[in-house]
Amino acid sequence: MSYPSIRALLLGLVLMAPAAPLLAAIDAYQFDSTAQEERFQRLAAELRCLVCQNQSLADSNAGLAKDLRDQVHEMILAGKDDKEIVDYMVERYGDFVLYRPPVQANTWLLWFGPLALLGVGALALILFLRHRAAARATTAAPLSEAERERLAQLLEERK
Amino acid sequence: MKLRFLLPLLIFGVLLVLFVVGLGINPREVPSPLIGRPAPHFSLTTLTAADQQITEAQFGQQPVALFNVWASWCTACREEHPFLMQLSQQAEIPIYGLNYKDERPDAIAWLRRFGNPYRIIGHDHDGRVGIDWGVYGVPETFIVDRHGTIRYKQIGPLTEQVWREQVAPLVAAIRAEAP
Repeated sequence: MSYPSIRALLLGLVLMAPAAPLLAAIDAYQFDSTAQEERFQRLAAELRCLVCQNQSLADSNAGLAKDLRDQVHEMILAGKDDKEIVDYMVERYGDFVLYRPPVQANTWLLWFGPLALLGVGALALILFLRHRAAARATTAAPLSEAERERLAQLLEERK
Repeated sequence: MKLRFLLPLLIFGVLLVLFVVGLGINPREVPSPLIGRPAPHFSLTTLTAADQQITEAQFGQQPVALFNVWASWCTACREEHPFLMQLSQQAEIPIYGLNYKDERPDAIAWLRRFGNPYRIIGHDHDGRVGIDWGVYGVPETFIVDRHGTIRYKQIGPLTEQVWREQVAPLVAAIRAEAP
């Protein structure tokens, strides 16, 4: 690919980037305040669409996602707080609808596993470095008289 | 020093086990939080008679009932349908239906064409009852006991194999429970 076409491509991507989140939000919802609208956008982005599981309610065009967006919209207008809306979804679809799962016994591994792995890695690194340092210290011992003589002999032979 | 060579092998083994288990899990089957809980309340007009109502209370009138969510636009429902017909002919279990997000004439035409295994069908035109029941992929099938508690949920077609291996034993156990 030539330089101008790469630049055109990059420019295109840069121009498209801000539009990406807007593409999905095709249905027009009316709100009483911008605060409500912001809550709606945040909740729709945090809830998973059950039909196409790797998309949020905000991203998905599935019929069920649309219905659930309607439901969230309606609940916000009815004055429900975020917790009530999230609980409503969890009651019906389980913790799976949450893109940010709660910290509880069966999600400890999920939440703290990476941290534990980091700890194991750090420990292994420290042990390895110490071991290497110790190994270096022993090999750095000076040669004895006999060894020095033998070394000189060997070097002499090769000439 | 042996550990140095065994450790990668050990890690590989652990990962292998995790991957094999992971491959066997079906991500479509999300465990329903409704199992063991009372059936969500609903009241719908029936599909075939607009002046009649169906509510979840009707399931509790027999020892065990099957509640099947279907739609005329759903191809997997057609695949499942012959087995439901067979179940209803053998009178194994009373079958109730929830016609999900469907147009009344389409649903009625579908039943005329393929047969009607249902006792009563609720017409959930806007899908609200479906949401309350946590429906996300039709067909879905629920087993409800005499206390109105949901005991089982099948996501996807109820096949003869699923019935034989999982549902039939459960239904027999529920029937045997003291009223």
